[in-house]
Amino acid sequence: MSSRDQILSRVRAALAPLPRRAPLPEWDRELVRVRQAQTAADPWIPFAARLRSVSGTPLTAVSDLVALLARSGWRRGYCDPVAWPALAPAFPRDFQVETAFDRTRVDDYQFGITVAAGAIAETGTLVLSDQVTSARLAALAPWVHVALLRREQIFPDITAAVTALPDDPNIIWCTGPSKTADVEGILIEGVHGPGVQVALLVG
Amino acid sequence: MPNQPLDQFAARLPAEQRASVYQSTKGTHEKRTQLLFDQFADPDRLRQIAGEIKQHVVENLDTYLPAVEAKLRANGAQVHWAATGEEACAAVLRIMQARGARRMVKAKTMVSEEIGLAHYLEERGLEALETDLGEFIVQIDHDHPSHIVRPIIHKNRREIAASFEREGLGAYNDDPETITRRARQFLRHKYLQADVGLTGANFLSVESGRIVLVTNEGNSRFCLAATRCHIALIGIEKLVPRDRDLGLLLNLLGRSGTAQPLTVYTEFISGPRRPGQPDGPEEMHVVFVDNGRTDVLATECRDILRCIRCGACLNVCPVYRQASGHAYRSVYPGPVGAVLSPLLAQGNFAALADLPKASSLCGACNEVCPVNIPIPDLLLRLRAKGKEEGAPLASAGAPPMGAWALLASQPTAWKAALAGGKLLNYIPAKLLPVPALRAWESRRSLPEWRGGEFRRWLRARRRAAERKPAP
Repeated sequence: MSSRDQILSRVRAALAPLPRRAPLPEWDRELVRVRQAQTAADPWIPFAARLRSVSGTPLTAVSDLVALLARSGWRRGYCDPVAWPALAPAFPRDFQVETAFDRTRVDDYQFGITVAAGAIAETGTLVLSDQVTSARLAALAPWVHVALLRREQIFPDITAAVTALPDDPNIIWCTGPSKTADVEGILIEGVHGPGVQVALLVG
Repeated sequence: MPNQPLDQFAARLPAEQRASVYQSTKGTHEKRTQLLFDQFADPDRLRQIAGEIKQHVVENLDTYLPAVEAKLRANGAQVHWAATGEEACAAVLRIMQARGARRMVKAKTMVSEEIGLAHYLEERGLEALETDLGEFIVQIDHDHPSHIVRPIIHKNRREIAASFEREGLGAYNDDPETITRRARQFLRHKYLQADVGLTGANFLSVESGRIVLVTNEGNSRFCLAATRCHIALIGIEKLVPRDRDLGLLLNLLGRSGTAQPLTVYTEFISGPRRPGQPDGPEEMHVVFVDNGRTDVLATECRDILRCIRCGACLNVCPVYRQASGHAYRSVYPGPVGAVLSPLLAQGNFAALADLPKASSLCGACNEVCPVNIPIPDLLLRLRAKGKEEGAPLASAGAPPMGAWALLASQPTAWKAALAGGKLLNYIPAKLLPVPALRAWESRRSLPEWRGGEFRRWLRARRRAAERKPAP
């Protein structure tokens, strides 16, 4: 007997004596409604507030992004080729921005600019997907990740986002910078992924 | 009084380590409770529903497993089945050999700990590198995780700094930020050189075949961005019926485990990378692992298969807080481990039969469990099993009951003992030859002996009933 058949027959044998099986409960989505959920007309407002609370950086102007990068001396980076033409005019000449991410030089990129597939207001989460986000590594390896986000892409909460998961083999929700508390419970940001997670509102 | 093995371990634990395990588990537990009750109107209802969903899955695995297998295949993943840990290791080895792969980067997965995968691959000359910071440190120290979510809760920064120095990761520096940066720099090149990325799964949706992976560090994402082949090791109980149910479970998992509304990275994977996406696996394998789970399914302890490995029961447990994780001598520590480890031990139940006794049955583990597992009930069932099977460890630390058994089976002797017991009211406990009584008296006073009162009450009640005319 194959391992598959062996496992499945053991499962059937284990369950056969049960007089009845536990039913699948229906549950009301109000159950997971977070108290005092902000219902601002503009979903960017609660999203930005939550993103700040998880040490993320919400920005509303390209010039603010350029100022943030310049202030910290982050001038080498990657940008999604689709998004770059619109952003390029705002970037000074001393920035070196590539539109193809070379995995043999991951440490050369201080920032990566990609396009978000969505966001979640309640948790300050950015949604990236294979279909929309040009390169998984570019959104992960550089110290700074910038996701371009449109207002109408923002879901109110986890339940809304999970029931609208797009047809895509890979979707990732990013909630603030990468972090760990493994060493003595002390919170450190920027473990394997970005230490700075930026959402830039566009459109 | 003879101690249980767990007590003996706890007694040897350095005071500093006990204090830090106590403080950090207590802190996480308190934040978790505050977060759930501040944010939800009825968090207990949430836990009950989540428990019902998972119990439904466990009791319908016979239909859900073939259904999700078909879904995974349709999504482009290859599905393998492993009845034992050895078979699971061999399946992973075969996948690697077929690709000529030599280097694996691993995200944190409890099931790989359970089957000893990294060790198995290393013995065969392959590299299997842990990438979660805590697990990486466990690996370079040839140690074992002591907490499901916080593997190095038992280590301090000085020990870690010494390990990093020994492994050539820079001169001694015990600043946690420096330690983290050094691991970042070292591991990112390892991901990029690796051939295979191995992960577990927090959930697997039967409806869509989506695997859900939850991390804070981003290491599992790096495994799935840098390598060309993804292997997911999944315990057969990890299924969730619908995508919608993931919404409920994700709302509970982060809050219960680390007191976060949502962990930093929550990844949904339903197949190899999309054409046009430059990064990520072109090949995806799912290995379903039984390794004792179907045995558990056949017992009255099957509720433990609901577990989503959040670690909340460890954080709240008064025994875990004093003993730390290694005291449980198995991969799964704490209350969940006291149930799961002896059951998964397959024919070696007797060797861990003391674990179900290592609990005060206070019930806190049940109250915090995001899937509402009645852990105290399961512990009682396993205590009975241990006794029935005559496992010596099932009686470890139990006071001798022979004299009591003799008295309780001879009515005359029992009545005499009840009357004679009054002497206890006049003899100082210090002089009593019974160690259990002396231990009790060292911190508390014994209540006054009132032997025979229940029998008098019962007699009076019977007489009253006889006098009363039948209605």
